[in-house]
Amino acid sequence: MTDHKTDHHNDPTLQAGDPETTGHSWDGIKEFNNPLPRWWLWTFYACIVWGLGYTIAYPAWPLLKEATPGFLGYSTRANVVADIAEFDAMNVGLREALERVELTSVTPQDTPDLYNYAIQGGAATFRTWCAQCHGSGAAGVQAAGYPNLLDDDWLWGGSIEDIHYTVAHGIRNEDDPDARYSQMTAFEGMIPDEEITAVVHHVLAISGQEHDAGLAMAGAEVYSYNCASCHGEEGLGDRFLGAPNLTDAIWLYGGSPEKIEETVRYSRFGVMPNWTDRLSEAEIRSVALYVHSLGGGE
Amino acid sequence: MTTSNEPPKLYAAREPVFPRRVSGNFRNLKWVVMAITLAIYYVTPWIRFDRGPSLPDQAVLLDLANRRFFFFWIEIWPHEFYFVAGLLIMAGLGLFLFTSALGRVWCGYSCPQTVWTDLFFTVERWIEGDRNARVRLWNAKWDARKIRLRLFKWAVWLAIAVATGGAWVFYFTDAPTLLGNLFTGQAHPAAYTTIAILTATTFVFGGFMREQVCIYMCPWPRIQAAMMDEHSITVAYRDWRGEPRGKHRKAEGADQLGDCIDCNACVNVCPVGIDIRDGQQLECITCALCIDACDDMMAKVGKERGLIDYMALTDEENERAGNKKVSIWKHIFRPRTIIYTILWSGIGIGLTVALFMRGNIDMTVAPVRNPLYVTLSDGTIRNTYDIRLRNMTHDDAQFALSVVSDAALEISLEGEEGIFVTVPADETHLQRVYVLAAPDSAAATSARTDIRFWIENMATTERSSQDSSFVGKDTQ
Repeated sequence: MTDHKTDHHNDPTLQAGDPETTGHSWDGIKEFNNPLPRWWLWTFYACIVWGLGYTIAYPAWPLLKEATPGFLGYSTRANVVADIAEFDAMNVGLREALERVELTSVTPQDTPDLYNYAIQGGAATFRTWCAQCHGSGAAGVQAAGYPNLLDDDWLWGGSIEDIHYTVAHGIRNEDDPDARYSQMTAFEGMIPDEEITAVVHHVLAISGQEHDAGLAMAGAEVYSYNCASCHGEEGLGDRFLGAPNLTDAIWLYGGSPEKIEETVRYSRFGVMPNWTDRLSEAEIRSVALYVHSLGGGE
Repeated sequence: MTTSNEPPKLYAAREPVFPRRVSGNFRNLKWVVMAITLAIYYVTPWIRFDRGPSLPDQAVLLDLANRRFFFFWIEIWPHEFYFVAGLLIMAGLGLFLFTSALGRVWCGYSCPQTVWTDLFFTVERWIEGDRNARVRLWNAKWDARKIRLRLFKWAVWLAIAVATGGAWVFYFTDAPTLLGNLFTGQAHPAAYTTIAILTATTFVFGGFMREQVCIYMCPWPRIQAAMMDEHSITVAYRDWRGEPRGKHRKAEGADQLGDCIDCNACVNVCPVGIDIRDGQQLECITCALCIDACDDMMAKVGKERGLIDYMALTDEENERAGNKKVSIWKHIFRPRTIIYTILWSGIGIGLTVALFMRGNIDMTVAPVRNPLYVTLSDGTIRNTYDIRLRNMTHDDAQFALSVVSDAALEISLEGEEGIFVTVPADETHLQRVYVLAAPDSAAATSARTDIRFWIENMATTERSSQDSSFVGKDTQ
């Protein structure tokens, strides 16, 4: 600093009594070398003391395995656990009511609090456990065997009780003796290839798609003999057996001739796990109500 | 000034300031401004305004918990926050206007730091006496009298500080209820914490930091420096009239001297501890007390008032050249301030019009885009929308929803039989809405169809609409 002593006598911009300048000059603007207010220094020291105190009070210093915990015992994870416990305790009445209630009676008009609790909780549960197959928007995967839960077509029923049963026990899994179960025959080798082609055209015909009328005529007989017992004479399906409606616009595994033929030849065997082992009854009921509320519920 | 052999000092202690009592026009104006601003601050939360049984009766209430701002007959909902944004823009432009016209008039008269410091000075003078007594007390040993006076002063300051912090929290919840809860210990910890913080800052900033806040902590002096020009009004000393200064003793060549009698009155009354005769400086908050002090002195010695005065920078040149004084209004009314005024009033008028035009019902449409559409079993294409319905009237209302489009579309509501949904008074309701296009219809097969949702309050027939779009099968 002593290098930048100001010569007041030779600098017309400075007056007698002005402090020294730092020697820095920007476009002729000079900087006085005034002392700092002392309270700034104390503020600075106070910040250091505060900072040290903070690292003692809160988790801070990294060690080999984990950071120092801090004597206040602060932990974001513990806070989350406490918050969840607090939330659960706050909603214990709603949860117990949800476990006992007749599911059809939970409506936004009659039981708004319970309905809201179930839908919000169900949405969270759905995103955690169901979205892997059914998608975060519950639209499934088109023509790939993961059902769209938004539409009005239900293999095993779309009433709230039916949905609840499906979520609780699953479909065609080996863990739950009460799982929904059925198995379509794989027709390759069982019936001649011409009959497979014919029945595919019959299915195309009853679902209103482009088809060969002659083949479809022949296929009607094949259908009646091999398929009608599960899918019904009209092809409307049977929810008791999880047999899909073949006349509508919705195809779980695709509705093109190739896809239908694939289904007839090799059959399909969609599996859904049971959730009774992993989710609480309240969670299962919430997720059932949530799915029921997505636009397809009956 | 340090001699060249000594290293410069790195730190300097604060020089205590003991402003003398002063009276005059500007001091009176400051009393009035102080009384009005403090009255507004302390009294506002206690004003009642009847809004009916379902709403709070506090005239001014920032109800953060329920996300409503109440200002007498005006209610601001979260989606109307642009009103608050508009007010903030007006506040910004207002400061531009006042700064370019009147310099740091905000600092001098209505800044809370100035008002509360002024209040604390008043208490200090009342307890410890005027400038000379306070200087003596400052230098005195800590005897019983000094301790008594200091404790008394601090106690009064603390009482003001607690009242200041206390008043703040009343703006955020029902004031009478909160006051009761504060005394019985049942108020929310946030209320106590807020009061504690604001009490501490008021006590420290008003009692001890004072001008240090303005000089070192506040960004406003720097910002203002960029907004002022040579026509902005500041407090200045007419050195061409005052110099050379000196005591006007007879027979000592008094006729050689200027009007300044070097009585130091301007320095003694200054709350930031500067000498205005050194010229315009960063520390000056333009409180104008030195003008009052000097005018008083000039009257006593029989000279014209205004040795220290409100002036623009251009006045100096003008008056040095011996020209006539320019009216202060000529400085204030110039293109820059007029443009600020026009902008400021333009936004104000816009907000006022918007306030009277706004409806009592409103909606926000959020199309559900996961998935874009759903094919139903008969081939119908369905789009889903989450519509937030707002009933800002004070009665429960039945809303009818409808959709208008060039294409034939149908509407249905989740959980409702028809197109009607009830929204309780002063509440919002999130309704899931389905729009359906018949199989192979225009809307079902095209990529995108423009639609418009309408809501109607069946009780008042008020309507509101919002545009959205319908996505069909041709999206890929």
